[in-house]
Amino acid sequence: MTKQMHLAAHFPGVNNTTVWADPRSRSQIDFSSFVHLARAAERGRFDFFFLAEGLRLREHKGRIHDLDVVGRPESLTVLGALAAVTEHLGLAATVNATFNEPYELARRFASLDHLSGGRAAWNVVTSFDAFTGENFRRGGYLDRADRYTRAAEFVATARELWDSWTPEGTPCPFAHQGQHFSISGEFTVPRSPQGYPVVIQAGDSGEGREFAASTADIVFTRHGTLEAGREFYADVKSRLAAYGRRPEDLKIMPGVTVVLGDTDAEAQEKAADIRRRQISPQNAIVALEQIWGRDLSAYDPDGPLPDIDPDPDSELVKGRVKVGDPFTVAAKWRALSEAKGLSIRQTVIETSGRQSFIGTPASVAAQLTEFVAADAADGFILVPHLTPGGLDDFVDQVVPLLQERGAFRTEYSGPTLRSHLGLPTPVRKG
Amino acid sequence: MPATRPLHLAVDIGGPPHYEARHYTALAQLAERGTLDFVTLGDSFARPGLDALAVLARVAPATERIGLVPAVTTTHTEPFHVSSAVATLDWVSRGRAGWSLEVSTTEAEAALFGRRPAAPAADLWHEAREVADVAARLWDSWEDGAEIRDEPTGRFIDRDKLHYVDFVGSTFSVRGPAIVPRPPQGHPVTVIDATAPEPRAAAVRHADVALVRAGDPAAARALREELRDRARAHGRDPERLRVLVQLPVALHTTADAVALAGLIGDWYEQGAAEGFQLRPAEPERDLALLVDGTVPVLQHRGLMRRFYPGATLREHLGLSRAANQYAQAGSPS
Repeated sequence: MTKQMHLAAHFPGVNNTTVWADPRSRSQIDFSSFVHLARAAERGRFDFFFLAEGLRLREHKGRIHDLDVVGRPESLTVLGALAAVTEHLGLAATVNATFNEPYELARRFASLDHLSGGRAAWNVVTSFDAFTGENFRRGGYLDRADRYTRAAEFVATARELWDSWTPEGTPCPFAHQGQHFSISGEFTVPRSPQGYPVVIQAGDSGEGREFAASTADIVFTRHGTLEAGREFYADVKSRLAAYGRRPEDLKIMPGVTVVLGDTDAEAQEKAADIRRRQISPQNAIVALEQIWGRDLSAYDPDGPLPDIDPDPDSELVKGRVKVGDPFTVAAKWRALSEAKGLSIRQTVIETSGRQSFIGTPASVAAQLTEFVAADAADGFILVPHLTPGGLDDFVDQVVPLLQERGAFRTEYSGPTLRSHLGLPTPVRKG
Repeated sequence: MPATRPLHLAVDIGGPPHYEARHYTALAQLAERGTLDFVTLGDSFARPGLDALAVLARVAPATERIGLVPAVTTTHTEPFHVSSAVATLDWVSRGRAGWSLEVSTTEAEAALFGRRPAAPAADLWHEAREVADVAARLWDSWEDGAEIRDEPTGRFIDRDKLHYVDFVGSTFSVRGPAIVPRPPQGHPVTVIDATAPEPRAAAVRHADVALVRAGDPAAARALREELRDRARAHGRDPERLRVLVQLPVALHTTADAVALAGLIGDWYEQGAAEGFQLRPAEPERDLALLVDGTVPVLQHRGLMRRFYPGATLREHLGLSRAANQYAQAGSPS
């Protein structure tokens, strides 16, 4: 039997992958956009719908970054509302473990799980930077090294709370004493339909992998080559046994982008056009400044790369993850630009990475199935580039082909997200 | 008070906790059939029950007009998260959100968080006032029209229309701006139970709707005058403060429902109250009789509307959209 894949949809994000200038692009904040995307995902029998989180607007050169989509709603509240307009679709919220407390957050997720009939998921993320901390009571209090110990203890504590009511519906007192939390009392919410909401973990580092193996139900990872995917998959799955878990207890789902066309050539052309739209001339300069750590606004995006070196100690960029050593990246970009005769903007477009799957619906369906069959993934989290219609073509054209191949469900087999994922209901630890 | 403004009626849909959405959805839909202004739902970390804001977010798409006002506690929560969640409730309800500020005074609640000891109500309400202040600043931190999508310059927003709030309170600080664009009502409606002195001091500064308790029309009228005077003393226009009288109700028969209409109508016509927040003993039973027995009598007397002329909670309450404290004079707010 063909291995079944899992599919999820990410709301188009606060970054340059979302093409806001497209004439088909609609509101990033109106509830109707969320309804459109969630209903498309449910029509396609997706496992879940996924929202990212923002806790501080990104800054560039000391000012709010204004070239990408800015602003978004608070995810748990949007998902609570989406529970009213969907029936089966899982509802996943990204929520930070650094700037929340276990009692309140466990209660909010248990509430969502009850109100959605067992469809809640929590993407556990951490941060440590004082920049984000400026919006919160404690400020930037956490050492980078303690991020994962706090997150692990946070999830463990939440699970103690989720377990604290008896199956008969009586609250029992809890008491947790640990490095990060010392709390006691009674939880206000009975055990929720899924027992525990599904836990998602994003992050490819060794620490992140270990955290996922011990704690998560889903890993949200980067997409790469088939070989890289197989290596990551084998590595993460091999870590599960140490925690008494089976390989199928943790699903590996890379975030992917898909471009469809009537022919492969048309799809490639559309994909190149989307990449050009994602990197406006202004965005190209910003991308360069993020590597160089210098003000490069005087440079022509259609001209050559700067010959000055990056500033490694730059404080230019706030609220973004830094990728790689700036000197190495700059050298690579210069080499590419010289070899191919590319301008600044062309170089940024060239290095921004191609979409994960490009082709006709049939060829994309075949590639997705191959990835899963080869144990490079258990499924995919689609990241559309358009709000709110960015999922429609995939749902209407690719999903039926996956279903024909027997690689994806034609109907939901149960009411909860755990049932979609084939994950057992956790045993209550009383 | 001339009866030119409609009587405002709200109802609390709390009561013994339920853990399924349909219970609350049915109650809110019933209240909406009765063209009530809004429903309230209490919340506390100290007793069983779901997160009230989550419940009313779930109710929002299942209703079209009725205002949705969850209790939101400010003592052990993050002001930034609270502001984002209330703004988001306003977005998903298309302008029907409010929030009822409460504090957590007990040692038991403090132990659930383990972050700070229990504190006197006066301190906690001082902090709650700061939370109301910073929430309004965060809602204003995006001017209307900040999203420009200007292709020639590649800019999604005009960042001159986004503002740091740089709020430094007695127990917290917030840099801003908000992560959520300005909600449809500008400011979701702030409701405060002004019975005790500490929350009353918060209500005269920050409430759009103050709730009071009074045994007779004269007492209600006196409370209303006090609240309006104090609001004026804080530089506010008292016409922008609605004072509703809390009324516990237990309706067993149609006759009870008609008698309630008589009481509400009389108080209202005597100028004792602009409206009422009804607190049913048994929401399912009482609300059905209220909508089918009390409301038609009030409509017949011409005191209550028969349909919602507006779409937002502010419109139901006769409150204009909140002005933006950061918008430049002359620019649209």
